[in-house]
Amino acid sequence: MSYHWNWHIFWEPAPSGTGTYLDMLLAGLVLTIETALGAWIIALAFGSIVGVLRTLSSQTASRIGFLYVEFFRNMPLLVQLFLWFFVLPELLPHAWGLWLKQVPNAPFYTTMIGVGLFMSVRVAEQLRAGIGSLPRGQKLAATALGLTTAQSYRYVLLPIAFRIIMPPLTSEFLNTIKNTSVGITIGLIELTGEARSMQEYSFQVFEAFTAATVLYLLVNIVVVVAMRLLERSLAIPGYITGK
Amino acid sequence: MRHLRMIGLTLAAALFAGQANAEQLTGTLKNIKETGTITLGFRDSSIPFSYLDDNQKPIGFAMDICYRIVDAVKKELKLDKLDVKLNPVTSSTRIPLLANGTIDLECGSTTNNAEREKQVAFTNTHFLTASRFVSKKSAKINSIDDLKGKPVVSTAGTTNIKQLTEANAARSLGATIIPAKDHAEAFLMVETDRAVAFVMDDILLASLVAGSKDPGAYTISTDAFSKPEPYGIMLRRDDPAFKKVVDGATAALYQSGDGQKLYDKWFMQKIPPKGLNLNTPIAPELKHEFAHPSDSPDPASYKAM
Amino acid sequence: MIANFDFDVIRRSLSYLFFDGMTFTLMLTGLSAGGGLVFGTLIALMRLSSFRLLGRIAGIYVDLIRSLPLVLVIFWFYFLVPYIGQWLTGSSQPVRVGAFTSSLVTFIMFEAAYFSEIMRAGIQSISKGQPAAAQALGLTYGQTMRYVVLPQAFRNMLPVLLTQTIVLFQDTSLVYVVSITDFLGAASKVAERDGRLVEMYLFAAVVYFVISCLASFGVRRLQARIAFVH
Repeated sequence: MSYHWNWHIFWEPAPSGTGTYLDMLLAGLVLTIETALGAWIIALAFGSIVGVLRTLSSQTASRIGFLYVEFFRNMPLLVQLFLWFFVLPELLPHAWGLWLKQVPNAPFYTTMIGVGLFMSVRVAEQLRAGIGSLPRGQKLAATALGLTTAQSYRYVLLPIAFRIIMPPLTSEFLNTIKNTSVGITIGLIELTGEARSMQEYSFQVFEAFTAATVLYLLVNIVVVVAMRLLERSLAIPGYITGK
Repeated sequence: MRHLRMIGLTLAAALFAGQANAEQLTGTLKNIKETGTITLGFRDSSIPFSYLDDNQKPIGFAMDICYRIVDAVKKELKLDKLDVKLNPVTSSTRIPLLANGTIDLECGSTTNNAEREKQVAFTNTHFLTASRFVSKKSAKINSIDDLKGKPVVSTAGTTNIKQLTEANAARSLGATIIPAKDHAEAFLMVETDRAVAFVMDDILLASLVAGSKDPGAYTISTDAFSKPEPYGIMLRRDDPAFKKVVDGATAALYQSGDGQKLYDKWFMQKIPPKGLNLNTPIAPELKHEFAHPSDSPDPASYKAM
Repeated sequence: MIANFDFDVIRRSLSYLFFDGMTFTLMLTGLSAGGGLVFGTLIALMRLSSFRLLGRIAGIYVDLIRSLPLVLVIFWFYFLVPYIGQWLTGSSQPVRVGAFTSSLVTFIMFEAAYFSEIMRAGIQSISKGQPAAAQALGLTYGQTMRYVVLPQAFRNMLPVLLTQTIVLFQDTSLVYVVSITDFLGAASKVAERDGRLVEMYLFAAVVYFVISCLASFGVRRLQARIAFVH
């Protein structure tokens, strides 16, 4: 077996001139976190809208929600990223397409939006389940009190529903972080991408990927702990969610 | 009784002889003899060294050299049948796949340099080429400094992307470097205006331009990122027996007239799939190297003489 | 603009796309789902067993795999499998594995973690009376699992298992990162060679969409039928 171990590789300078290999990996980590946060915000925004749409009594709203979910759910994330990155600029009028292609950090924005929309479907489904698990009396009581649909959602249903789905949302956020790695196919050099670059320049395959693995595990732990703290601080005493 | 003794002695002799033979074979040669197969790594789009033709079969200058090596291995191991398996590789997977045993020989356009020789070994050089870039004539990029602040693409895992990264830092160009999976993808990025330039070995650039939809729209820079560097077929390190056979095969090929003939087949005549003719006469440095085969990673050692 | 598109490139490459690409994808999906299910059930049983050490090991494995992006796991196994083979078979050289074998190992190991969680939920949802009755009848642990608990758990979780398989089908497209030729990889190769990105990627999207839609529809109908029987 001719593999040469070299754990000191992390402190050796990287050819990109920006520091050591460890700096390269950390830069990738920062990019992963930024992309994941951006994508999560988009996922929450769109997912909430679609989740609510699917629980409304209006047929058209339900339909739109259903189509949205089916569209994004039946295509692999990788294919979706390719569509946004390669196909969309070609379908637009030439000037717009050119502008899109030359935007600095195009892979970052594309990955953020692509992953965000992909995960929004999961958020929508969780929210739909969350709202569906509320006692029917809640909505009826809100209407009886004279609240409009919008008000009943905003003040009665959604606050409880979101608290109920905090645990599944945590795992969806973790999934978002993992899914940002698909961005390396369109040129986003985030943590996994930097580990790959490190492997290509230094030939130290296992050291590079072990470091990436450790960093992902750390991120996981931080997110789980943070979400648990958030859950506890938002809990309403007396409900199942408030222990 | 005497018959039994004769049979016994013969069997013992055969066993010893067999064992002695087995002990002599090590490393890759042993593996090849035991499995009866040799695996060659090929490239997708390194025209004309190793690329896919219309039927998705790998062909090319380096592929032909590899097949000669396979013949030599077959003769050396005295095998009746040697199964040749083909495994696709890219610039970024070729070294790990060689190291982990997936392929025995990498037949493509891999630059031989001192840094890589820490991980793998190379046989006698089969080409010399320098790093340049291709861009659309309309982009008016004439020198490396014109790349300032622009998106530039190169293939991941190559010496070219490394040279580009270093030049970017050294000359403070502030260019955005986009890594592509393979040469075809990188060239496509220039074609579709995602990148203004593609940095790669000039022979590969010339082939891609010649085979593109509108060759006249592109220009290859005169500026180079490096001196002409040698290409070599890769094999595993620390395997002297195998290297001897491979070196012997390539030296024999280059020194005989066949080396020049093979060169002309791929560089001076029409090549599949579109019948392009690259029309690149053999460089004097390479001609000299064919006469005196060398596996040196040092560009300065290749002189025209 | 649509007039510029050359949809003929799809027709010309159909056989390559489907015979090389789609067969790879489908075989990988099928075999990984099968292998992952077997392995995953084993892991689930380990976690539920009374041996704490086994449970711990299984738990760590599942948590580790589930915290990592699939892309990273693909890279790990792509480079690692030959060395594992060398260690397992004790040979002097890393074992030669092809792209398919490497992907198969990757996806089996990856999906096993997810299938194990599904099967664990399934096993735990079986009422305690079942294994108790089996024990009363004199069946060993192995027989209880094989004839009483697992068949029921499997049947209950079938819709979830099938949904996870559809997810697996979509995830196989990620072998793209190591340049392995699955359906998307094949479409991509044609796209790059002929410069027809739009046509090929749209086509690939449509094919994935149609297959996943039909499969989801099938699972929903299956779910309805199982629910009715209960």
